[in-house]
Amino acid sequence: MQKKTKTTKTAPKPTKPTAEKPDSKLGELQTTRERKTVLMQGNEAVAYGALDAGCDFFAGYPITPSTEIAEILALELPKRGGVFVQMEDEIASICAITGASLAGAKSLTATSGPGFSLMQEGIGFARITETPCVVVNVQRVGPSTGMPTSCAQGEIQQSRWGSHGDSPAIVLYPDSVKECYELTIRAVNLAEKYRTCVILLLDEVLGHMREAVSLPDMANVRVISRIKPTVPPHWYKHYDKNQKYLSPLASYGEGYRFHVTGLTHDQLGFPTNKVTEAAEMMDRLRKKITYNIRDLVQIESYQMEDAKIAIFAAGIVARAAKAAVAMARLEGIPVGLLRPLTIWPFPDEAVRKMLRDVDIVVVPELNQGQLVREIQRLVKDRSDSKLIKIQRVNGQLISPQDILSTMKEGM
Amino acid sequence: MANIPQRIIHEWLRHDKKFPHVWCAGCSNGIVLGSIIRALAGMNIDRDDIVMVSGIGCSSRMPVYVDFNTLHTLHGRSIAYATGIKMHKPHLKVIVITGDGDCTAIGGNHMIHAARRNIDLTVILINNSIYGMTGGQASPTTPHEAIATTAPYGNIEPDFNVCDLAMGAGASFVARTTAFHTVEVQNIVREAIDHPGFALIEVISACPVIYGRLNKKGGPPQMLKDMRDNSVPLSAAEKLPPEKLEGKIIRGVLRKEIKPEFCASYADLVKRVQAMGGEK
Repeated sequence: MQKKTKTTKTAPKPTKPTAEKPDSKLGELQTTRERKTVLMQGNEAVAYGALDAGCDFFAGYPITPSTEIAEILALELPKRGGVFVQMEDEIASICAITGASLAGAKSLTATSGPGFSLMQEGIGFARITETPCVVVNVQRVGPSTGMPTSCAQGEIQQSRWGSHGDSPAIVLYPDSVKECYELTIRAVNLAEKYRTCVILLLDEVLGHMREAVSLPDMANVRVISRIKPTVPPHWYKHYDKNQKYLSPLASYGEGYRFHVTGLTHDQLGFPTNKVTEAAEMMDRLRKKITYNIRDLVQIESYQMEDAKIAIFAAGIVARAAKAAVAMARLEGIPVGLLRPLTIWPFPDEAVRKMLRDVDIVVVPELNQGQLVREIQRLVKDRSDSKLIKIQRVNGQLISPQDILSTMKEGM
Repeated sequence: MANIPQRIIHEWLRHDKKFPHVWCAGCSNGIVLGSIIRALAGMNIDRDDIVMVSGIGCSSRMPVYVDFNTLHTLHGRSIAYATGIKMHKPHLKVIVITGDGDCTAIGGNHMIHAARRNIDLTVILINNSIYGMTGGQASPTTPHEAIATTAPYGNIEPDFNVCDLAMGAGASFVARTTAFHTVEVQNIVREAIDHPGFALIEVISACPVIYGRLNKKGGPPQMLKDMRDNSVPLSAAEKLPPEKLEGKIIRGVLRKEIKPEFCASYADLVKRVQAMGGEK
């Protein structure tokens, strides 16, 4: 790893409800780190975001363009008494972080397209067993090995539908290095709160791009940890249906001796074939997302107040779109940008409002039409809205000029 | 040690929740489960500190029946999940229940790497020579020329020697026994759990309903008798010429050596890094 010019990071680990490693020298390392503005890559921001969110377990496998995340955590986690382990493949990585989480860790892994595909079964397991964990997918051009060092947004739909069976998904999508840091913390927090596998999608360019970032003081970082059960062990239900879909979570070795299975299970966690219990479990998985849309969905609305044309874009493409908005505004064209920070669950409500307010929607994306599918799904009730698609998968980014000129052609 | 009261076995089972079990009459899995519980009950380990992890298959249904911390994972991945648990809480005793297909086919990669790392897991591989749960397909341990539903004309593939595989990958404790030798299973499980490192125990078992029926092995009693008659303890085998060991199951602890254990090595690394204040 290259020598870094930024400050050495020995951040205090966020407070955890239980001291699981009482003998570690963490206390001595808990010096306040200098929080000045630093030049940082997206991947670095993810790694430090994970640490600040309290991640104490990383298992991963090297893959371009995500490897820096593993390298930084290999350096940083041992200092804080956390675990870094390089597994034999990505399948083992998702399994190891899920196992560690069941033992009480806040765990994370990072990968890219091919590894993300391998992880799909394990992601489904974390979702059905409601085990908190975070998968960072730094997207590259696919399919297959594709172009490992080039940018694409090919996993927007896979991150929702990639694992077999109906399962809920929370997927976050940053557009800047600072947001990589913030959304990593949010991903860990949401995983803990909603007891599921949260996916953070990065664009390759964002992972490797360096930007000046001023990280917040640890005092201003909000860290959420899973709720621990307070009931005696024989009352404990691993998936308590009376707990509004967000039930407390015990860890292995705490006296609760619960069972976890990838089979459809009852509220105790034991396998079941009863139709009522199966339906309850599936409802629980769905409702814990759909009943909490307002908490989960984050969206940025930029110059949309008087816009007649809206650009809908995520990640690095939204950066170009923002510049395109500024350029168009100079020419007097009323354009705005709507950018989802949470792409799953999809911000249906915000998009419906956008479709009501504007005449033309421009959807630029680095794939063959994945975000636009969702817009098309919602556009049905307003057939007079015009959709302009800009799609590219050749390893090149979409520039502000590309967006502006295509938009003008379509107007 | 052999005299663990029946009461303990019942206390340690989730008999009020999950029985009757899914295993066929004559299956060896229950015999092995009994031996495991007797081994653990004689060891004075707190049940709260035992984690039993399994993959997919007949033997992998075992964790649901025992009152430990239990985890029933994906096909082949039990050792990877167990690695995560053990690395985060090294004081837990992590026991992996797996089968021949689960551990040597789909999960082969995880098994050899856990053996290489020498992480302190106890892997109990119940080898019934077939995929039982899916109805009798050939596994990597189905003997050459044996019949399986996916090898209806006889298996043309050579089979794995599971213990050699584990030893080749660097496992520090490797043993083989059979479901007939229940006390031996019990003793070896105990020894393996005490062993500070990766331990793999292959328990040769009987699947009379599928493997036995397809290959005309007689009923459950006959298959157990065959285990008795066709197996040789390691101490006796060492004195016999190779031709007399043809087709015999060699039982006993085949390897036991002390090597650096992965969790301990990681704890040392953490201490070293923290002592240096994070400087390389």
